[in-house]
Amino acid sequence: MANQLLELKNLKKYFPLGKGFLKDHKGDVRAVDGISFSVRGGDSFGLVGESGSGKTTVARLILRLVEPTEGEVLWDGRDICKFSESEMKEMRRNMQMIFQDPHSSLNPRKTVFKSIAEPLIIHEGMRGRSLRERVEELLGIVGLKHEHMFRYPHELSGGQKQRVGIARALSLHPKLLILDEPTSALDVSVQAQMLHFLESLQEKMGLTYLFISHNLAVIRYTCDRVGVMYLGRIIEMGKTEGIFSSPRHPYTKALVSAVPLPQAEQPEKMIFLAGDIPSATHIPSGCRFHTRCPEKIGAICEEVEPSTHRFSDGNQVDCHLYQ
Amino acid sequence: MEPILEIKDLKIEFATFEGISHVLEGIDLTLGRGDTLGLVGETGCGKSITAKAILRLLPIPPARIVSGEILFEGEDLLKKSEEEMKEIRGKRIAMVFQDPMTFLNPVFTIEEQLTDVILAHKGKEDSGLRGGRLNRKQAVEKAIELLREVKIPQPELRIKSYPHEFSGGMRQRVLIAMALSRSPRILIADEPTTALDVTIQAQILWLIHDLVQRHGHSVLLISHDLGVVARVCKKIAVMYAGNIVESCSTVQLFKRPLHPYTQGLLNSILTFSRRESEAQGIKGMIPDLIQPPSGCRFHPRCSRTMDRCLKEKPPMIEIEEGHWISCHRYESPLSPLFKRGVGGD
Amino acid sequence: MIYTLSRSPLSVIGFCFVSIFLIIALIGPMIIGYPGDITGAIHMDQKLKPPSSTHPFGTDEVGRDIYSRVIMGTRLSFQIGLIIIFIAMGIGVPLGIIAGYMGGWLDEVIMRVTDIFLSIPGLLLALAIVGALGPGIKNAMLALSIVWWPGYVRLVQGKTLSLREESFVEAAKSIGASKLRVIFGHILPNCTSPIIVKASMDMGMAILFAANLGFIGVGAQPPMPEWGAMISTGRNYLPDHWWMATFPGMAILITVLGFNLLGDGLRDILDPQSRI
Repeated sequence: MANQLLELKNLKKYFPLGKGFLKDHKGDVRAVDGISFSVRGGDSFGLVGESGSGKTTVARLILRLVEPTEGEVLWDGRDICKFSESEMKEMRRNMQMIFQDPHSSLNPRKTVFKSIAEPLIIHEGMRGRSLRERVEELLGIVGLKHEHMFRYPHELSGGQKQRVGIARALSLHPKLLILDEPTSALDVSVQAQMLHFLESLQEKMGLTYLFISHNLAVIRYTCDRVGVMYLGRIIEMGKTEGIFSSPRHPYTKALVSAVPLPQAEQPEKMIFLAGDIPSATHIPSGCRFHTRCPEKIGAICEEVEPSTHRFSDGNQVDCHLYQ
Repeated sequence: MEPILEIKDLKIEFATFEGISHVLEGIDLTLGRGDTLGLVGETGCGKSITAKAILRLLPIPPARIVSGEILFEGEDLLKKSEEEMKEIRGKRIAMVFQDPMTFLNPVFTIEEQLTDVILAHKGKEDSGLRGGRLNRKQAVEKAIELLREVKIPQPELRIKSYPHEFSGGMRQRVLIAMALSRSPRILIADEPTTALDVTIQAQILWLIHDLVQRHGHSVLLISHDLGVVARVCKKIAVMYAGNIVESCSTVQLFKRPLHPYTQGLLNSILTFSRRESEAQGIKGMIPDLIQPPSGCRFHPRCSRTMDRCLKEKPPMIEIEEGHWISCHRYESPLSPLFKRGVGGD
Repeated sequence: MIYTLSRSPLSVIGFCFVSIFLIIALIGPMIIGYPGDITGAIHMDQKLKPPSSTHPFGTDEVGRDIYSRVIMGTRLSFQIGLIIIFIAMGIGVPLGIIAGYMGGWLDEVIMRVTDIFLSIPGLLLALAIVGALGPGIKNAMLALSIVWWPGYVRLVQGKTLSLREESFVEAAKSIGASKLRVIFGHILPNCTSPIIVKASMDMGMAILFAANLGFIGVGAQPPMPEWGAMISTGRNYLPDHWWMATFPGMAILITVLGFNLLGDGLRDILDPQSRI
């Protein structure tokens, strides 16, 4: 579709086990095992999952911080995985990432000014007064003041560091912002502010967001569409409201049930999954969720990987219950 | 009945690079027998320090206990010698921490570590150790039983594993097993599920809830997550900047929060269940405890300050049965704010 | 910073010693009474005089003022130490960063060569090199630089490995920074703390090693006022003319101790987590 800004097609990333000169191939860590989704310009898309789901690896693949094993990443229809280094450098203006831990995503030796200015220096060769003015402008957009410009990261709070990271990401007028757990390092009373800010920023600057989080509340608050990931695949995807209010996949149901609700009435029935999340080196056969699934049908779940079933409401699920 | 743990006016200071940080400003906390109490607050409120202070695990210096008492079954823990504390730690008061990996020795199997704990304290008064000393074989059997209780599948096999072969959730179960192995009177859990995935967290919280119901331990659960605390605890105490600002039953807290900070906190949480409502933050920032605000430490961020708030720290009063609050606006049950009903303006 | 330093009175002492050392090195020529004695003047009539008002540290076997020589020895030691450390850093730091950042076979090759050098005890290696090249202060400094560079490779490679995984390095890559920019703009600046700590500790040790070589006779040659060489000569005049060996010896002691304590203190300030 022509109006899809970003499209992932059957993206895979396998990390081989066994290192050294003599690479004896003991198997792979299948971090991302065939992901496909698309994001329209201006939308907010969320990727939700627990550890081992592969969601952070997806972000790295989109930015080509790691190379895919298979699959395509299409930007406006063109596969960026095939870009040369110089084409990719140009491409980086379009998509930026806000990293998970604000305390380590800023170089402790660089002032706020230097951190924000760096992309401008690299791509536009800006210097002197025009550079300073642009940095001041960016500081204003993220709600920081002139006095913050020459501070070092350790002199800032977590929320302020996060904003510096955002200013840095916005400096080149990107179209897509990937936000990796943008609020998990922040205090509760500050999280809401950050999300409001991100929302207004999106409107003002016409940005497209890809949110990555394990926190369902954050995703529900910010994203129109969501993909639920489990062990490297998207097992349910569609409009956020529908998926969270009436989940179809047993994993999504369990995920929703597991969210601790800060309220007096606690749910009577809760869904508990048996056992632990399997390691990505030993992905279960058939449906990868069958080892923990409370609604397992039988042998078919152990042997056959479910294909995607699309519903009339636009959502889709990968589960034998719906085949 | 006498409460099992009572903290009275505990004041603690911490010497830091930049000066003395007044981390606890005189807190009062009561844990009744069989109670499940959640201690809730954001970063720097002092909840972890409180927990560590109970077991005298704070490094002194740089910490300094300025004043106060911690009464466990009537005896002041702050006055006990290190020898006496060793008898209490792990045996009568047990603690579970946030990151299980740092508390399990990677070079010993689970069996070795569990049996070490079981065999460590030898004494006839331990319930569950009939006849006093156990030999190694009996200790292993007891360890397997404990693992079964915390729902580790195939415990007779898994006990031979090393910590790194267990997932985060399993390790936390082992730590809970270790903590409960001595049948302690009190279990203190400091952010026990913060490092775990959501579905695993649900399992662990249910486990704690179940064990506590069956064995009747008193529990002090510390968390920044009100949802977590709501799952396990019948009572909640809210902390802010070294003070307990409100303390009541879980139902009371969510149905009728009184303290402005509690209200602000509840308003800022993104709750999964209500999509439509706008969550608002609390303006301002958590204060610097080296130079804390005068009077009530929350006053710079409070929308309902009076002159008194800048001058005096509000006392903790029981405004209705079981509901304690530290706020000048709620001096007595006759305060207009309280009588108005909803607790809001 | 004052607070941290003051918590460790030893590092304050170290700081004082080193400051005195540096000041003396700078103003040396101005505070000595017998500048000629440095370059080879001989006053046989003044020989072997004990400490007095005209010769605070006494005179040596050819009548030279020991005080003047010890003071100028400070400047000489400072130069020696600095040159050794700088050459060692100049070789070691870039190699360490390349090894740590590029990884793969480059890392293997560099680290294995480093290991080979590290497996030979420093003084022995230095002796061997000087033995091959011939005695003299220049060859001694060269030899010691060769002994010292592997330590920096190790240190920097380790630090680079851990920095490589940091978010801000990933962030730099995601904004389009080239490898060179990442290495020089992001990795190197974050290595400076451990390098400074190591360099300050090493200064003392380098001076000590140079004195060792001087003592054996393969380092500085007469008439250079190098402390080790002075002790070597003074040794023959113990115990009657104790001042000839004692004062240079004390100078070495105070200098090396000072740098060690200072290095410890710096480490506490700059890199508090690495405290043992």
